[in-house]
Amino acid sequence: MDKKKIIISPVTRIEGHAKISIDLDEYGYVSDAHFHVDEFRGFEKFCEGRLYTEMPVITPRICGICPVSHTITSVKACEMIQGIQPTYTGNLLRRLMLLGQNVSSHALSFFHLSAPDMLLGFDADPAKRNIIGLAQSNPDIARRGIRLRQFGQEISERITGEKIHSKGIVPGGMAVPLTKENKKYLLGWIHEATETTLMALDILKIFIQTNQDMVNSFATSPTMYLGTVGPNGEHELYDGKLRFVDEEGTILQDQLSPKKYLDFIAERSVGFSYLKYPYYKPLGIEKGIYRVGPLARLNVATKMKTTKAQHEFDIFKRLGKGKPVHGTFYFHFARLIETLASIEEISHVLHDDEVTSHHLKHNGYWNYDEGIGCAEAPRGTLFHHYKTDKGGKLTNVNLLIATGQNNPSMNRSVLDVARQYVKGPDIKEGMLNRVESAIRCYDPCLSCSTHAMGKMPMKIEVKDANGKIVKQLVRE
Amino acid sequence: MNKKKIATVWLGGCSGCHMSLLDIDERILDVAALADIVKSPVVDGKEMPEVDVAIVEGAITSDEHYEEILHIRKQAKILIALGDCAIHNNVTGLRNFFKLQEVFDTSYKESPSNDADGVMPDDPLLLKLNEKVIPLSEVVDVDFFINGCPPDADYIFYVIFEYLNERIPQPGGHKKIQYG
Ligand code: SF4
Repeated sequence: MDKKKIIISPVTRIEGHAKISIDLDEYGYVSDAHFHVDEFRGFEKFCEGRLYTEMPVITPRICGICPVSHTITSVKACEMIQGIQPTYTGNLLRRLMLLGQNVSSHALSFFHLSAPDMLLGFDADPAKRNIIGLAQSNPDIARRGIRLRQFGQEISERITGEKIHSKGIVPGGMAVPLTKENKKYLLGWIHEATETTLMALDILKIFIQTNQDMVNSFATSPTMYLGTVGPNGEHELYDGKLRFVDEEGTILQDQLSPKKYLDFIAERSVGFSYLKYPYYKPLGIEKGIYRVGPLARLNVATKMKTTKAQHEFDIFKRLGKGKPVHGTFYFHFARLIETLASIEEISHVLHDDEVTSHHLKHNGYWNYDEGIGCAEAPRGTLFHHYKTDKGGKLTNVNLLIATGQNNPSMNRSVLDVARQYVKGPDIKEGMLNRVESAIRCYDPCLSCSTHAMGKMPMKIEVKDANGKIVKQLVRE
Repeated sequence: MNKKKIATVWLGGCSGCHMSLLDIDERILDVAALADIVKSPVVDGKEMPEVDVAIVEGAITSDEHYEEILHIRKQAKILIALGDCAIHNNVTGLRNFFKLQEVFDTSYKESPSNDADGVMPDDPLLLKLNEKVIPLSEVVDVDFFINGCPPDADYIFYVIFEYLNERIPQPGGHKKIQYG
């Protein structure tokens, strides 16, 4: 029998543009698998020659799902160039914006993209396995999910007047205040948002309980983890230092300044994807696979900052028995714990009296020719690195994106799942969906990672070694 | 009235336009009551069937996008360009000021975090990027342009809702048309 290749093109229900190919050996067993990211937009080049102060407005256009992360990371890099710090209130409002985006992005990932699999079944009719199908079978759950996402978006709307690509975040702080009325309005959402997240946690826990075998055997290859932590190792999204842990949970690096990222992270361009392969530099590309994002942040953190989230965090930590939780499915659990933590923190920040103050912004001017910014985007640690000439024009731009850093392990997870579910050229719809859902666990934002975007019909081709199509399957 | 069919498509954009579409929040259920969403990044789409309304985000950046927009035009009664990238390239088109090869070199060769052992992406499975990014209307006729980066959610809802009720939306028919 010839060697064969299965191509899943493009992957559906993820935020981006990708193909998966699965290679079969002569006996029909999976020999290799690749995750091909299929778009490229070239921000690093076309920003050259522009003023560094334009970056907080251009870079959110890398990704409409996490624009706030890009803006905040960008203004931090600008502040390093100017040598200034944001005001106290500026920091509070930015933190609110980032937490709000974390809620809306995680709600989208859970309710719109993943819950349909959990509630309707992986093998359910593909035409129904989506948020609208969910609205027909479980209208209350779908409505609450849509509203949870709305709450996150409202935070941006109520501070800046815009939900996406908002303009008020600037070097030195914020350009717009939060009014007392809007503060009250946002506080009015806290109860509902908390309840919805607790409901989502229940849905997920029941799914995990009834699908133990699948969950615990689902793409479990161990990796290292990278995430941001506070001074005492607490979970942090907006502003902190970096921590790397190894597969066993041993802390390799702690309280690292993000400004030193080049000492610890390198990446390699590969032929089969527009997405590069980042790795932990001291260990090299083979051994240095690390992951970022919700699962990584909980694996590196020592504790949470808020009570309800801490309660769930204890449950999470028990899963790993003192070691990191490697099962890719637990990304979903980690994401919901972070959602809960973000809602609790939003409430704390809103209760700070200074949040409505008008001490919004410090003024700064070009002082240094290099700036590095870092923040935790919903999908993981994000770095912006700018170099400028003496007039403040950009000479070099490097963007290290969350999903990019998960690329090597996404590939490995696809291989893990393919080995488990695809046997021979006999492909069934449910199996393919499982291969894709390995990817979906990472909630990859391919618009971000390749500074790109995507589309989604569904056609699978099995090709022999000469590239001749021997079998074709169109999703019904 | 027969149930209509809608498709929403992502080409070269940032997904912000789709996120703004989702910002119609619970009104998505009103849309679903009038129409089936047969293809969209948030559902498992198959090949694009004939639809009443196709909403397209993003500019045309590659051979695949080019084929796709022709196909969409053939399948759709109404084609809506959603957002500034689809209308006039916007940020996606900023790479037009450079040669494509230079843009590749910056990311895959010269980036400060790259190691020395990389190769250029060249797998035949990958789509081929076009030298220049072009907006939808350079390739096909577009029936309605919804401007903004991203367009306002209320405006998007207004336009879709008018078409689904077999009315023709008016530019400016919704009060909050604005950039930003
Ligand atoms: S118009 Fe703006 S929001 Fe829409 S895809 Fe383009 S950059 Fe993103």
